[in-house]
Amino acid sequence: MTTPSAQFTEPVADPATAATGDAAGRPGAGSARDVARVLIRRPLALGGLLVICLMAVLALFGTQIAPDGENDVDVSQMLAGPSAKHWFGTDELGRDVLSRVIIAAHASLEVSVVSVGAALVAGVLLGLLAGYYGRFADSFIMRCMDVLFAFPVMLLAIAIVAVLGAGISSAMIAIAVVYTPIFARITRASVLSVREEVYVRAAVSIGVPDREIIGRHILPNVAGPIIVQTSLSLGFAILTEAALSFLGLGVQPPQPSWGAMLYDARGFVEQAWWMAVFPGLAIVLTVLSFNLVGDALRDVLDPRRRTQLEAAGRP
Amino acid sequence: MLRFIRRRVAQSVIVLLGVTLVVFTLIHLVPGDPVRVGLGIRFNEATYLALRHRAGLDKPLVMQYFSYLGHAVTGDLGVSFQTGQPVTQILFQRLPATLSLAVTGLIIGVLIAFPLGVLAAVRHDTWIDSGARVISQLGVSVPDFFIGILLILGLTGTAGSLPPSGYVSLTSDPVEWGRHVLLPALAVGLVAASILTRFIRTAVLEELGRDYVRTADAKGIPAATVLRRHVMRNAFVPVLTVVGVQLASLLGGVIVVEVLFAWPGLGLLTYQAVEERDYPVLQGTVLLIAAIFLVVNLLVDLLYAVIDPRISLR
Amino acid sequence: MSEPVFSVRDLRVSVRTRRGLASIVNGVDLTVDHGRTLAVVGESGSGKSMAMLAATGLTPSGVRVSGSARLLGTDLRTMRARQLRAFRGRHAGFVFQDPLSSLNPLMTVGRQIGEAYQLLQGRSRADARRRAVELLGQVGIPDAEQRVDSYPHQFSGGMRQRVMIAMALACEPELLIADEATTALDVTIEAQVINLVTELQAKLGTAVIWITHDLSVVAGMADDVAVMYGGRIVEHSPVDELFEHPAHPYTKALLGARPRIGDRSPLAAIPGSPPNPLRLPPGCAFYPRCPVRGDARCATELPPLAPVGHEHSARTFYADVADAVPGGSTS
Repeated sequence: MTTPSAQFTEPVADPATAATGDAAGRPGAGSARDVARVLIRRPLALGGLLVICLMAVLALFGTQIAPDGENDVDVSQMLAGPSAKHWFGTDELGRDVLSRVIIAAHASLEVSVVSVGAALVAGVLLGLLAGYYGRFADSFIMRCMDVLFAFPVMLLAIAIVAVLGAGISSAMIAIAVVYTPIFARITRASVLSVREEVYVRAAVSIGVPDREIIGRHILPNVAGPIIVQTSLSLGFAILTEAALSFLGLGVQPPQPSWGAMLYDARGFVEQAWWMAVFPGLAIVLTVLSFNLVGDALRDVLDPRRRTQLEAAGRP
Repeated sequence: MLRFIRRRVAQSVIVLLGVTLVVFTLIHLVPGDPVRVGLGIRFNEATYLALRHRAGLDKPLVMQYFSYLGHAVTGDLGVSFQTGQPVTQILFQRLPATLSLAVTGLIIGVLIAFPLGVLAAVRHDTWIDSGARVISQLGVSVPDFFIGILLILGLTGTAGSLPPSGYVSLTSDPVEWGRHVLLPALAVGLVAASILTRFIRTAVLEELGRDYVRTADAKGIPAATVLRRHVMRNAFVPVLTVVGVQLASLLGGVIVVEVLFAWPGLGLLTYQAVEERDYPVLQGTVLLIAAIFLVVNLLVDLLYAVIDPRISLR
Repeated sequence: MSEPVFSVRDLRVSVRTRRGLASIVNGVDLTVDHGRTLAVVGESGSGKSMAMLAATGLTPSGVRVSGSARLLGTDLRTMRARQLRAFRGRHAGFVFQDPLSSLNPLMTVGRQIGEAYQLLQGRSRADARRRAVELLGQVGIPDAEQRVDSYPHQFSGGMRQRVMIAMALACEPELLIADEATTALDVTIEAQVINLVTELQAKLGTAVIWITHDLSVVAGMADDVAVMYGGRIVEHSPVDELFEHPAHPYTKALLGARPRIGDRSPLAAIPGSPPNPLRLPPGCAFYPRCPVRGDARCATELPPLAPVGHEHSARTFYADVADAVPGGSTS
């Protein structure tokens, strides 16, 4: 039984059953096909995937796609509502909100991807060390992770940014630190479940070097739950960045990120709703997409979820 | 069970120590001299030296930590770089506001999530279920302060009669407090509702699938009674613990909402401390909130162990 | 002879799965008379549990059921959900395989036993408790007065099953359905439980349907036996007749596969595996594994359940092939 408080921080996919691979630990050949099959049956998840691709395109080519530059000012149209010329209206400096929302995708996604990427690398590494080498390394590393888990996410992120000074890199570091523990925990759980498998112990006994064991047997089994968590974390990282930037602690003006645009909109909420609503919707759409895709992936990579019916097929 | 309690409490103590270490380290990670940075333009040699001494920064590092720990245990968390007020005092001034907001938000969340989650589980695989799941997916994807902004747009100023910010304490004027707390509590509560709906749905669904429910059905007990007597009663404990954990995380999670609505609680205090580079206050809020979070999680785990007869009667 | 307690006609159960339609039960007819015991025997996958669950309306949603199932003359399949519940609760008792998961872990045994008695018959809490104590005594649990307030996990496996039996008999049903009730128990405990059921049955006049995969259990306690394979009944006979003159090759193979004390010859297993419900063979379901294959029609035509003796029928084309070798070795 996992303790209730651990429910929120335990791995979201069950690594023990996530091994879709064969006995040699290679990832199941059908898993890519399974992913495709699941996505087709879940139109929402498919939609989410498309949105993510769209956002990625905006992040990479936003400056080319956007009708105006991020700081181009249209002096005649300050705080103007949505119109044919400015679909999302303009802000207090006369900047086109649509263009800024498009261009802001870059910063928002960059922070998310970089910090989650760093958290993933650090977390997986720590989890591997803890799970594989056990005992002291395990206790020490996991106690450290417990300490990090003891802080509510926003609180820790704000504290870290506070000491490092506000800015996009501080935000990335803060988010990376805050999201490392969950990856560590998932990895460790996967490692523990696989380490005791006969084929792994056999490999150890004949002297296969650790690095090879980890690489060929353990990592493929960790991949599934990690992928699921990555998708979910990418979404939540966007939320965290948005919150930090909204407080003025993240992406700094004039660089746009969706959160930073909400920060700019603070003082004009009553007069110019479009300044806040559109960046906000962009956030919601993107995070929702990551969540939907993550959920769909979890169904593929967590085969324990057989339908009641298949189980009932046995008399 | 006693062993479980002992182990769990011991774990919490260790983690709490770790937390104090992290909090303590924060002030030392500041590039430059924290007191100098904290004083900023109000820099004055005498004040600087006094504050430095008061914050114990003139002692060697390890001694500092133990001195910090020692003081913290007796309730002394230093003094504010800005006002010179004892941090502990400031914290307890601000705590009630955060508590009233978090609790109200949680109540709203539970009132929405409970019927929705149970309904979704009972009407599993129907449009009600799918609808509930989509709504809760949506709710989890929205920043709480964005909901707050939308609420402000929709319900304040010319559009409505609720105040967009400000605070009146519960004890001095309940009605005004109610008017002021409603929007921030809704912002917080709607997100909490989304998270809770998922858990409640899962918990109820899990119980519904259990063999003893089939036995109760076979015995001829009416469906509604099976739901009430067997399913809900058994799902109660996991649900209660989830609610408890949610409360704990709300205490730390209301920061941005407090800033948006200028709600003078610990969250706003944290933000102000960051803005003003008031490190002792920042340390204080982080420590207090993290400690509360830890304690609530611990209590929830212990409650679970106590209530489940399978564990307590062994 | 009065009307049977329970009779099932052309029961069919199927489930739509990701990989197609699984036909789990394919036309089952059976009857149980008052006070008699019918054993339904088959391997896992034969559809025996599913058939009884489906007949009584206890299958999960998404499972398709057709056919009729009459309990005391009333067709359960045509009743509305609420009526079905009450009727079934009053006139049928169930004992399931795993008493630990089939009992509510957070409710005392006494309350669970007395629950139906209290709610369906409008009795008071006190009455229900008294009845629970009485029943616990009847099923042979010592210190019933104390143990009535214990929780399921405080009983041993065999005791728990007795509790389930007590619960099943609380409203004095006319029919008791035991689904693999002793499968998870030790042999000695199993014997005790079986004896208990037989005793109670004699006392209360309850009809019993005993679902099992174990033929040796059947020998001591059943009046009639229905052997199931591939979702159909392949042989139906009074118990002694079945053991002395089995007609269907599958039955013979099952009888031959039992280990016998003193017999040192290798265990005769039945080669092959049960049919795939997603792809049932067109003819006799046992054909792929049959050691005899005594008739040209076996592969393509489904043999009807035809009489082969007094109250004895079998679903085969060649029941009169007297020397089909039991044990499954191909000749």
